[in-house]
Amino acid sequence: MPTTPETLAAALREKFGILIGDPVLFRGEASVQVTDPNRIVEVADYAKNQLALNYLVDISSLDHYGEDPRWTVVYELRGLEHKASIRLRTSVSEEKSELPSVTGIWRTANWHEREIYDMMGIRFSGHPDLRRILMWDGYPYFPLRKDFPLAGKPSELPDIAFTRPAPLEGGPFVTVAGGRDTVAREPRARNPE
Amino acid sequence: MASTQTLEIRDAAARASKPSPSGEEELIDVQGEKMVLNMGPSHPSTHGVLRLVLELDGEIVTQAMPDIGYLHRGDEKIAENMTYTQFIPYTDRLDYLAPLANNVAYALAVEKLMGIDKQLTPRCQHIRVICCELARVSAHLLGIGCFAMDVGALTVFMHTFTEREKIYNLAEAISGARLTNSYTRIGGLMRDLPPGWTDQCRQFLKEVVVCIDEVERLLTRNRIWVDRTRDIGVISKEMAIDFGLSGPNLRGSGVDYDVRKAHPYLLYDQLDFEVPVGSVGDCYDRYLVRMEEMRQSVRILHQCLDRLPGGPDNAGKEPINIPDGKTVLPDKAKVLTRMEELIHQFILVTQGLNAPPGEIYFGAENPKGELGFYIHSKGGGTPYRLKIRSPSFVNLSILPALLPGHMVSDTVSILGSIDFVMGECDR
Repeated sequence: MPTTPETLAAALREKFGILIGDPVLFRGEASVQVTDPNRIVEVADYAKNQLALNYLVDISSLDHYGEDPRWTVVYELRGLEHKASIRLRTSVSEEKSELPSVTGIWRTANWHEREIYDMMGIRFSGHPDLRRILMWDGYPYFPLRKDFPLAGKPSELPDIAFTRPAPLEGGPFVTVAGGRDTVAREPRARNPE
Repeated sequence: MASTQTLEIRDAAARASKPSPSGEEELIDVQGEKMVLNMGPSHPSTHGVLRLVLELDGEIVTQAMPDIGYLHRGDEKIAENMTYTQFIPYTDRLDYLAPLANNVAYALAVEKLMGIDKQLTPRCQHIRVICCELARVSAHLLGIGCFAMDVGALTVFMHTFTEREKIYNLAEAISGARLTNSYTRIGGLMRDLPPGWTDQCRQFLKEVVVCIDEVERLLTRNRIWVDRTRDIGVISKEMAIDFGLSGPNLRGSGVDYDVRKAHPYLLYDQLDFEVPVGSVGDCYDRYLVRMEEMRQSVRILHQCLDRLPGGPDNAGKEPINIPDGKTVLPDKAKVLTRMEELIHQFILVTQGLNAPPGEIYFGAENPKGELGFYIHSKGGGTPYRLKIRSPSFVNLSILPALLPGHMVSDTVSILGSIDFVMGECDR
């Protein structure tokens, strides 16, 4: 039987039971929710060694600002042999903002997790070298959070760098997703709240 | 503005320049002393602004710490604040050596989200494949030219850049821009090929094959080149997969994996081409893989030009864009003369297309590796989150594991063979 996203989701479900949520199928891809972020390493280890998902394509992060749990970390797994993929998602609350690192399973996770820490401020316990990667050491904010304004916030680091907010007024047109009405949605210059 | 504060900077180079508190300590073990060398961010072989902090024991690298982010522009943040179509020009600036391929990858990702990727017109698919493969030839010509220049073979660079110039001319003819093409649109293309373009492209293919042969003669059996690249920077199969390498770097290590074959998009399942694979995983293998990929791209280009639906100058009036006014920008001539198209254009430009809620990941085989877009949509015209899986970022993450044990001069070969672009790495 060929391996497909559906069979992978079913195999995970069979092994871990209620830890794995119902698979969401969309455009030929399957995503499953891992309900307990602390057990992500266990699931990842099983996926790599038993389901031949040996290639970690990417780790992304989502900020559901104003909702609880606030963070979602998304792992995109693929098997280079059977060529099927599955997406694991796990949610972390804002108070905790920490989940175990999967660097022990795939070494490529190292930089992806550093990037998520840098951009979103989610920490990965057990990561060998959790430092900022794109922003400079000592930068005080997490710029990909939804409450960080597009124009930026002032920050400074002596002798190395400083930033000021970008002059957005009348500047680039900012479009807002899913606004109440056309006026709220359409591209126009907006000042950060 | 906040007041100045003192911060502890974890920076080996800065630390090394500081005098140690007691001067005697330095004299204790002079023999085992290690030196910290700061390579980059502005160094000819770092292809942009990569900084490497190398710890050296004599001439051997014992530890390597890449420092990236000098070109970070916040593309992912910017994407959350604009419509899907508005983001197309930003994709040009990811891997700026292959902007056409980035445009195609991004357009396909959004089309997958919209569920219209199977409806693309045949002519559009052919032109997109032509764009991708031209971009691949262009990027590999530059990659090999710079790689050879970094290890001392300057002539190769001159030959490959002459050919790249012709690709820029072709790109200029189709899109009006040489570097920042922004040629694709969601559901189609900006415009059709100009008259006579396919003949120019065929002429170029004839010439580029001569250039590839010339480079082959200059390098493949060149004693110095082989000495500088063979058995240098060996990446095993397992290591390549573990570090998530993609593109020629993964295939150079002997992993037969090409997104065009494994998950065919556009026309790739109907085209006849081979995927070259290395055997050792050293710098020389990665060079050979790139050379062969260029030849295969030329094969693909010939097939697409021969089969182009509608003929070279579209005498058959084949459509380019999907005829769906609610998703795809309508033809400009019709917008100016007809009511319905005007309304569609107005809605699409002011509100963006109406994407369904959901999340997708789409990866395309770009010259540098797998360029992927993860789009999380909550509906409406803008992505809630757009993550770019950039191949250069992932490929560079292997450096701390790969460089130790090599000579400083081999670092240059290894960097050249990994062929990265910082615009894409730092986003």
